[in-house]
Amino acid sequence: MIEVDNISKQFGDKKVLEDVSCVFEQGKINLIIGGSGQGKTVLMKCVVGLFEVDKGRVLYDGRNFSEMSFGERKPIRQEIGMLFQGGALFDSLTVEQNVTFPLSMFTNMSVAEKRDRANFCLQRVNLENVNKLLPSAISGGMKKRVAIARAIAMNPKYLFCDEPNSGLDPKTSILIDELIKEITEEYNITTIINTHDMNTVMSIGEKIIFIYKGKKYWEGSSDDIMHSQNQELNDFVFASRWMKAVKQHF
Amino acid sequence: MFIKSLFYKPEKFSIYVRQVFREMVNLGIGSLWLVALTSAFMGAVITIQSAYNLVNPMVPLWAVGIVARDSIIIEFSPTIIMLVLAGKVGSNIASEIGTMRVTEQIDALEIMGINSSGYLVLPKIIAAIIICPVVVIVSMIIGITGGWIAGDLSGVVPSADYLKGLQNQFLPFNVTFAMIKTVVFAFIITSVPAYHGYYTNGGALEVGQSSTKGVVNSSILILIFDYILTQLILA
Repeated sequence: MIEVDNISKQFGDKKVLEDVSCVFEQGKINLIIGGSGQGKTVLMKCVVGLFEVDKGRVLYDGRNFSEMSFGERKPIRQEIGMLFQGGALFDSLTVEQNVTFPLSMFTNMSVAEKRDRANFCLQRVNLENVNKLLPSAISGGMKKRVAIARAIAMNPKYLFCDEPNSGLDPKTSILIDELIKEITEEYNITTIINTHDMNTVMSIGEKIIFIYKGKKYWEGSSDDIMHSQNQELNDFVFASRWMKAVKQHF
Repeated sequence: MFIKSLFYKPEKFSIYVRQVFREMVNLGIGSLWLVALTSAFMGAVITIQSAYNLVNPMVPLWAVGIVARDSIIIEFSPTIIMLVLAGKVGSNIASEIGTMRVTEQIDALEIMGINSSGYLVLPKIIAAIIICPVVVIVSMIIGITGGWIAGDLSGVVPSADYLKGLQNQFLPFNVTFAMIKTVVFAFIITSVPAYHGYYTNGGALEVGQSSTKGVVNSSILILIFDYILTQLILA
């Protein structure tokens, strides 16, 4: 479980996050939704420590991450897996080397053990015979799956996904969503997804936090969205004709 | 702060050592052909120009060998070759690290708990400090040889005179001085572009700008430190 307690962040004079508090529950898929430029990526980066918060704190299972030094954060960071928007695979390493990279850095596994673990993780994301390929030789969807394989290689307790479906076709998007859901349930991890893909929201979102103008405007489940009277949330979620039709039908 | 961040305890020492060797191959072996070509022509031009300028009958022809040797050892090999490497290696480092920044690969390292600046930059600096003196010595040998061949082939300085000049009034300290300069310049051509690459913000355009800034600033610093070191050590 990750607790975000009253955090604020500003860049220069611009307040990007203002007194945001929320709880990301273990074993559930927690979604952060909101329009572009509303602060959801900054919120995620504050939670993982890529940005330092100006005020407030972030607690990982009770451990105050915000007040820790770089060295003190290391054990928690090794419990974090993250899927970046573009995959963020290391260009100079093969698919297998990308997956085994955290294992090489933080474990004393033998080469054979690391290879076995990489094969297991790659099979888990339905990838085979790509071990020796460079990231430039695989498709966008495959890159995302390799990034998931790398994220789960260290058996993380917390999985962060920054817009996992961006730039993917609908079929691959659904595949990625299902993978994340399966992995979350299988390993009972705390998963946080930053998205504005409504298909993801409705199909796998268990706890949803809506960020608007740097503040938490709404919190609930995917079912609650259908009945919400929050104007800003409705304007965002039911912006398309198709989603409006879904709500009317519902 | 950037330099300080390089020296946190490495996550795994063996991986850093492997990185240093990989960078030594990239920086040193990968630059050898360019260094060899530049040095050979540089030596040839210095020899022919020196012979052209030494027209006083009081000055013996073998003095061309002394001028070529000392110019190459003291100035041309350590400074000009490091300026050439600042262009080749510097732009490579700045664009590589800059691209890693804008494609979130550096964030990925940070999330894993890896000191990204230490992992990406420190091996490059150590590798350059180790391999650049070797490259510069190779450059000196090729430069002096290039001068010998050019002088002999053009008939401007006969081999016997050139070789006599090379062996005359040789000061071993000149090589030490050249090595001191090379180590300082090696630090500059890796750390300055790495700094610009590491703090790149934006996209492809900014990566290009970081690369340019890295090369320009490291070249300027090389010239400034060339003067400072010469003043401090030789004056």
